[in-house]
Amino acid sequence: MTSFILRRAASGLLLLLVISALSYVLLSVPNADVGRQLLGPHASQELVDARNSDLGLDQPVAVRYLDWLSSALRGDLGTSWFTNADVAQAIANRLPVTLSLMVGVTVVTAAASFVLGVWAGVRRGAADRAVQVLGVVGYALPGFLVTLVIVLVFAVQLRWFPAIGYVPLSESFGGWLSTVTLPILSLSVAAVAGVSQQVRSSVIEVMGRDYVRTLRARGLSTSRVVFRHVLRNAATPALTVLGMQFVGLLGGAVLVEQIFGLPGIGAMTVQYTTRGDVPVIMGLVMMTVVVVIVINLLVDILVGWLNPRARTS
Amino acid sequence: MSASVTAATAPRRPGTARRFLTNPQAVLSLLVLLVITGLVVFAPLATQHSSTASELSDAFGPPGGGHLLGFDSAGRDVWARLLYGGRNTLGGAVLAVAVALVVGVPAGLAAGYHGGWFDSLASWWVNLVMALPAMVVLLASRAVLGPSVWVLMVVLGVLVAPSFFRLVRGAVAGMRGEPYVDAARVFGLRDSRIIARHVLVVVRAPVIIQVALVAGMAIGLQAGLEFLGIGSGSLPTWGAMLNEAFTNVHRAPLLMLWPGLALGATSAALVLLASALRDVLEDRGTGPVAGRRARRSAAESTAAREDVGERAGLLSVRDLTVAYTLADGTSREVVSGVDLDVHRGEVLGLVGQSGSGKTQTAFSVLGLLPPGGRVSRGSVLLNGTEAVGASERHMRGLRGDTVAYVPQEPMSNLDPAFTVGDHLTEPLRTKLGLSRAQARERALELLRQVEIPDPARVMASHPHQISGGMAQRVLIAGAVSCDPDLLIADEPTTALDVTVQAEVLALLRRLQAQRGMGVLLVTHNLGVVADLCDRVAVMREGVIVEVGATADLLTDPRDPYTRELLDAVLDDAPARAPWRPREVGAL
Repeated sequence: MTSFILRRAASGLLLLLVISALSYVLLSVPNADVGRQLLGPHASQELVDARNSDLGLDQPVAVRYLDWLSSALRGDLGTSWFTNADVAQAIANRLPVTLSLMVGVTVVTAAASFVLGVWAGVRRGAADRAVQVLGVVGYALPGFLVTLVIVLVFAVQLRWFPAIGYVPLSESFGGWLSTVTLPILSLSVAAVAGVSQQVRSSVIEVMGRDYVRTLRARGLSTSRVVFRHVLRNAATPALTVLGMQFVGLLGGAVLVEQIFGLPGIGAMTVQYTTRGDVPVIMGLVMMTVVVVIVINLLVDILVGWLNPRARTS
Repeated sequence: MSASVTAATAPRRPGTARRFLTNPQAVLSLLVLLVITGLVVFAPLATQHSSTASELSDAFGPPGGGHLLGFDSAGRDVWARLLYGGRNTLGGAVLAVAVALVVGVPAGLAAGYHGGWFDSLASWWVNLVMALPAMVVLLASRAVLGPSVWVLMVVLGVLVAPSFFRLVRGAVAGMRGEPYVDAARVFGLRDSRIIARHVLVVVRAPVIIQVALVAGMAIGLQAGLEFLGIGSGSLPTWGAMLNEAFTNVHRAPLLMLWPGLALGATSAALVLLASALRDVLEDRGTGPVAGRRARRSAAESTAAREDVGERAGLLSVRDLTVAYTLADGTSREVVSGVDLDVHRGEVLGLVGQSGSGKTQTAFSVLGLLPPGGRVSRGSVLLNGTEAVGASERHMRGLRGDTVAYVPQEPMSNLDPAFTVGDHLTEPLRTKLGLSRAQARERALELLRQVEIPDPARVMASHPHQISGGMAQRVLIAGAVSCDPDLLIADEPTTALDVTVQAEVLALLRRLQAQRGMGVLLVTHNLGVVADLCDRVAVMREGVIVEVGATADLLTDPRDPYTRELLDAVLDDAPARAPWRPREVGAL
């Protein structure tokens, strides 16, 4: 198990390296005159050149990348071209907002999907059809459209929750809850639709396995067999899908944070990519890849814990 | 030869079109898509107004005067914007799908068909792309490539190409070794021709389904980008319309409805079409009917016919009939009017070919028929109480300590997620109410009884860490753990190596004698019968054809089918000493 985790972590680091090089080179392609953009059309050419040189833009791409990489390895992601803000610090300030959203969505999704999926898979019949319809509908509607409908109903019409704004968890739990409830609900719809279908089909598959019949033949109750044995075996594929949903959430968060005015990573991504602020974009891409790698590693560890055969293979 | 090769590869059965046309979901969603596409393509025919002409005095104006849906915040005609905006929204999705197909399908074909370095490289690349959230990559590439929605859709096409790549690669790699592909190659067909003729046919259906799903996703993502205001700017699109409407949501909430409806209807139609196509093209049956109806009909079952002879105290089966409901609603009998008796301490062999209904009979006694199956008639008395139509709670009370079960295939009958110890202690604790320590002590003792060396190590092992013979011993230990009166053993040695078979049979014989259990031994092997059984029932096509004491039946079979079975034994001699009459009571 330990060597398995180490191997995955090593391949994750390799992925990080490859993507950082790729992104850096691609982002350097437009070769826009950054100094000119910063200083405006009336600045003298000498000033613009000096500014470009300050930013290291007169160096070849390979040199710039290695520079960036060596500071990044020391935890220094540079400063924004346009605001001079420290990139690592800016990301660290905004990450808690997005992470609290994602953790909330994951908890809601896991709970709702397991309840719905097990209910459909064990009871079959009408319950099953209802969950399947729910899955197709949740999948069929574009996520941000669902978000807009939720805003219209719960914030604009019913006024149960604020439509916009964010209260940090450290300030007030109630305030935080009221500002993240709708975003979490919005992101959970599609995730529940996807994960509950996976739970349902794995439960049905496991229910048909030989060992389930043998366990029942031992006189164990159906609920015990379902909750102890079926669920544990059905959880492996469901966890994998849940992990994939989590990665998708990083994209969904962009829209949801923008709509609800949350000061998270997603809103930051929109803000800085439109300006082509390379150091910030690099920082955001790296952070995204790190989150993806960590999530995949967590899923692998959980799967290994649930399913002993996966540990050895 | 070429004709037969073609026939073998054509998965399109006659009637695909008919199945499509009789599927309301497929027809309806396709209709919605056609209407929307038609309106968008022929926009100039559906409206005379311009999508960009703006008259600020008309802002938020109501419908009327040829302006079907009124005016938006800048005084533009909403209906015209919807139609012309659809061109950009749908066009973008078409572009993304086209790019994904052009990149994904050939790469998948090449990787699946040839394998090798290209396959490794492409698969690595695919894993890399799939690890990234599309939205973040799109935003980052916008910084590089500029704010054109068309360029972003090309990037999106590249990002979703892996889904086509995986699909095609998997299908092609799976069929690479198929005989008809080898045959085609032997006949000198060029690779390109084989791919075109045989491979593309196989992946056609899944690719069509994936196109619908990817198109839906592309529309959603593109509208999302436009909604954020980072698409093409002034170009009318559904996403941009939603954005404008959202900023004025308090003033004119209705403006959100139209682009939202267009977007939702298109995406939903695409996903519903995909799921309907999957049903049509992959022809999935409705599956067997679930268990609840089965239980009801078991309770409705007519009383057993006139009792035949005296009924045994331990297990007495009369007129047992098991039927399965098929997908088309008809039912099929797999066991018809079976009578069986097992007395206390007696071993009854139930012999017959596979498919003769032996296992179904055994499952009926346990009350554990697979979904779709039900006891449609008859009576099963276990220790004198009726099991047919009994509640699940009643049957659960009987399983484990009255009737126990040893399955055929040892490996698939142990839950891979739990240790051997868990398997043994769980029933001991729930059925017998033992404490954790007591259960562990008992489980170790059971493992010793089934002659497992080093029981403590085996207790801590997972099923995949022990051999098949060991697993079968564990299952036998589990079956006898709660001291059952009746043991149902379903081909307990069939899946084992020949040498292990003899050991397991000896173990079963010893446990039976020590504990005085009745045993219903299901087998197709007359050697096993001779070894273990007091009496034998021979089953064929769901009916018992002959019952008798083992010695009589083996030396003087009455039924021609029994004779046939006996003759067959000579062909596959069992790995044991010649048969001698069994000394009753001996160990």
